[in-house]
Amino acid sequence: MRTRGLLVLTLAVLSAGCSSIEPWVKPYDRENLADPIMAFTRAPISQEFLDHVFDSREGSRGATGAAGGGCGCN
Amino acid sequence: MANKRLLGFVITCCAFGGAVHAGVLPEDRADVLYFRYEGGGVTVNGPSMLVRKSIGEHVSVQANYLIDMVSSASIDVETAASPYEDERRQGTFSADFLLGKSTYSIGYINSDESDYKAKTLFMGVSHDMFGDLTTISFNYSEGHNDVFRNVKIDDVKQNDPTFHEKMQSRSYSLGLSQIITKNLIISGAYEVDTDEGFLRSPYRSVRFFIDPFNQGREDEKYPKTHSSNAASIRAKYFLPYRAAIDGMYRFYTDTWGVIGHTAELGYVHPLDKMLLGGNWIFEGRLRYYTQTKADFYQDIFPRADFSNFMARDKELATYNAYTLGVNAAYEFKIERFPWLSKGSLNMRYDHMTANYDDFRDARFSLGSFGKLPDDPYDPGTEPLYKLDADIYQFYISAFF
Repeated sequence: MRTRGLLVLTLAVLSAGCSSIEPWVKPYDRENLADPIMAFTRAPISQEFLDHVFDSREGSRGATGAAGGGCGCN
Repeated sequence: MANKRLLGFVITCCAFGGAVHAGVLPEDRADVLYFRYEGGGVTVNGPSMLVRKSIGEHVSVQANYLIDMVSSASIDVETAASPYEDERRQGTFSADFLLGKSTYSIGYINSDESDYKAKTLFMGVSHDMFGDLTTISFNYSEGHNDVFRNVKIDDVKQNDPTFHEKMQSRSYSLGLSQIITKNLIISGAYEVDTDEGFLRSPYRSVRFFIDPFNQGREDEKYPKTHSSNAASIRAKYFLPYRAAIDGMYRFYTDTWGVIGHTAELGYVHPLDKMLLGGNWIFEGRLRYYTQTKADFYQDIFPRADFSNFMARDKELATYNAYTLGVNAAYEFKIERFPWLSKGSLNMRYDHMTANYDDFRDARFSLGSFGKLPDDPYDPGTEPLYKLDADIYQFYISAFF
């Protein structure tokens, strides 16, 4: 019971924290981020080939994709 | 077999690529690429085609098809067999579904070459948060691979009827993208990969000392499992005069004892409208890679059956590599085709140099394609191997 109470309290605090976060870079301030030159991968078909070359030659693998990039603006 | 390790990266690319922009679907586009790799006696070239199209406001589908034509006389082949030619065909189909601030992705890859067949399913979800300043993503993929071995029977290349092995792979990845300022974005990724089954090459052998002046050879022996962890961080910054600079670092470690570090720096510079109409974008990129060897790797083993696991794959050796790349893109619009929002012609060239610390050029002692050198070196005293490779890409992109 005590654990459940703690969980509810934690979720409540987290929710309050999330709702109070204001985007500090406004959508109208994202012109530079939306520029195509800011994309981490501008041509997926080319990057895929190059990653294939590296993956074939190296012992390392993974975590090469860019999660997000370019712009967070809708 | 030249592309045994293909799927790991394809999964990463497709999974991340399919779900990178949560909250907005990727734009419609078509790309046609011709690529060529020349290095270490290996030539790979072929076309690749990609089409992405939206269906309504909530669905986007993508198809990709590529052909690898491989002509190999690599150092492994040169010291052990005759040169070969092979072809690999790969098709990928994926779909993204946009629901509110979340994008769900699913896809399937089929790769087919004469001695390796791979089927992979991948799926992912990404979500925009905090006023679209933050994007988180999770991706999973699962691959089922059939490994064969080509032999010549009656002078005809075919699968060895006595050899058929299997390998399964799974990949889990987490990604986070964060807008920091109106000019700076950072991105991090963490990925766990696991493989189980037949993980070595059915062709490659290790060498061992018979005595200080003679060497013998036997098949490699690999563990049946392999798990790896990789974490990366990258950042991109918009410079005041409309150009961008980016950097990336990746740390890698696995259960075979390999520790890898990757670092990359890039610079993108579009020409001003006063110069050549402002249609050109130039890009330069420098990549550094270094790794330690696997626990069971040795260039030459002290004796036959030295240990339970034995490898002589240069991918598992200690080495470092530099890759320098340049890209030129010409962007255009065609008045007669109003449905074409933008097109671009791209030329890219990369040069890779790899210096191996504990992989020796055994051609100096074993010879080449069965022909012994005139003045053979003693085993283990050959010069260290060095790889130089040229990578060419030419592609056309069209955006709709």
